[in-house]
Amino acid sequence: MAEGSGDRKPLLSKKIDKFFTGLADAWNFVRRFFQEVFMPPYEFKEVIHQCYRIGVESLPLISLTGFIVGIVFTNQSRPSLSEFGAASWLPSLISIAVVRAMGPLVTALIAAGKVGSSIGAEIGSMKVTEQIDAMEVSATNPFKFLVVSRVLATTLMIPLLVMYTDFVALMGSFLSVNANEKVSMTTFFVQVFEAITFLDIISSVLKSVLFGFTIGVVGCYKGYNSSKGTEGVGRAANAAVVMAMFLIFIEELLVLQIVNAIRGI
Amino acid sequence: MESREKVVEIRNLEKSFGDLDVLKGVDLDLFREENLVVLGKSGSGKSVLIKIMVGLLKQDSGSMKVFGQEVAKLGKKELNELRLKIGFSFQNSALYDSMTVKENMEFPLVRNEKNLSRKEINMRIEELLDSVGLPQTINQMPSELSGGQKKRIGVARTLILKPEIMLYDEPTAGLDPITCRDINSLILEVRERYKTSSIVITHDLACAKQTGDRMAVLLDGQFKAVGTFEEVFPEATDERIKSFYDYNFINS
Repeated sequence: MAEGSGDRKPLLSKKIDKFFTGLADAWNFVRRFFQEVFMPPYEFKEVIHQCYRIGVESLPLISLTGFIVGIVFTNQSRPSLSEFGAASWLPSLISIAVVRAMGPLVTALIAAGKVGSSIGAEIGSMKVTEQIDAMEVSATNPFKFLVVSRVLATTLMIPLLVMYTDFVALMGSFLSVNANEKVSMTTFFVQVFEAITFLDIISSVLKSVLFGFTIGVVGCYKGYNSSKGTEGVGRAANAAVVMAMFLIFIEELLVLQIVNAIRGI
Repeated sequence: MESREKVVEIRNLEKSFGDLDVLKGVDLDLFREENLVVLGKSGSGKSVLIKIMVGLLKQDSGSMKVFGQEVAKLGKKELNELRLKIGFSFQNSALYDSMTVKENMEFPLVRNEKNLSRKEINMRIEELLDSVGLPQTINQMPSELSGGQKKRIGVARTLILKPEIMLYDEPTAGLDPITCRDINSLILEVRERYKTSSIVITHDLACAKQTGDRMAVLLDGQFKAVGTFEEVFPEATDERIKSFYDYNFINS
């Protein structure tokens, strides 16, 4: 849409003014997403393309990281539990840690780095090379094509990636437990599922949806509002990662408080 | 000339960015099937003028009428309808670099003309690529094209929606003299074949002379001279216009 006339005079100090106008811009951006996501025409093809890029192309990295997290966490926990003769509790401990916190958090942080930065850089470079303007002047809707499709894709794919990370991390943990404690796969997974509750799974999925939405929105917002020049593209990519990671930790904390309140802890 | 139909009418147009006044009361008309060249130094507001025309920027005051419609007052739907009649060729071509040439050309077409069959879409793309002399690039990525090829594909992409007005933003910037000449010929060919009216933004006088019916020189936020090339340049009295002319032709 058309940009208005030039800069306004700051109401308070420049920094405070910039902070609040930035906040208002971000809010308007999110609001615009919710307005456009339900309005036709729908960019199904682009959503599927982005789901593939975000989901499938992240699999190798997610697999490796999840697997390593599972093994490392198991190996780090074993000595303490063994000291109390509670090594048999390893599967329960790992399942709670992975499903409740580590799976969503590790996946979201990796996705923020890999996907968030790529979205920020891609949209940022489209902005500075006037590709977004070119879409706009050809009577198409760049926001729908670029932003709505990517935010939808991250919101849909991050929960799936989280479930996959949980599975891979538990498999890594199983290998470690099997090698050291000679526990069978059936026994391991029976213990894993005994330890987690429906609330754990639901909160993990909802949290992942929130993380995915955050990664998509922040990446798109930073890219869409990047300043002119290649430096702006770099800044957009960097800011997309930093801001998304920061928000993910805040959200993790808030969700934890809400879930604990539901549990009555 | 004046009895011809006006497709663009600009009156007392003003635009500032912060403390910088870029356009200070600009008046200009574009007539049907006319090629108008807007000349001026870098940063003189030439591109701002055509961006206001397609609603990418909004003026602070004054009037910008395209086909009799005040652009700033149009709603989203009406603005998009107007945009379909205007083709905008960007300075750096602005090809979508994640798409092939074919996908670039399809992008506006499939979203604006939904009743076209796949066969019709392909035919229109092939016809336009032929007309810009680049049928072999259809499956190439923008990164595989030269600067001149990108410009041509950029023009072909804007023509796919059959616009009535073409806006060329620095069409020859960064190109070698031979490619510049080809692009200039393409601009004339587009007018001839598609009966378009055009505004060519440039500071290349050779391009201006070859493509323009009229020249408009933008200096200090206002048009200081408007007329044919012969009226504006060889006998220019304004020192800045004179030096513009001397520099360009001495260097070429």
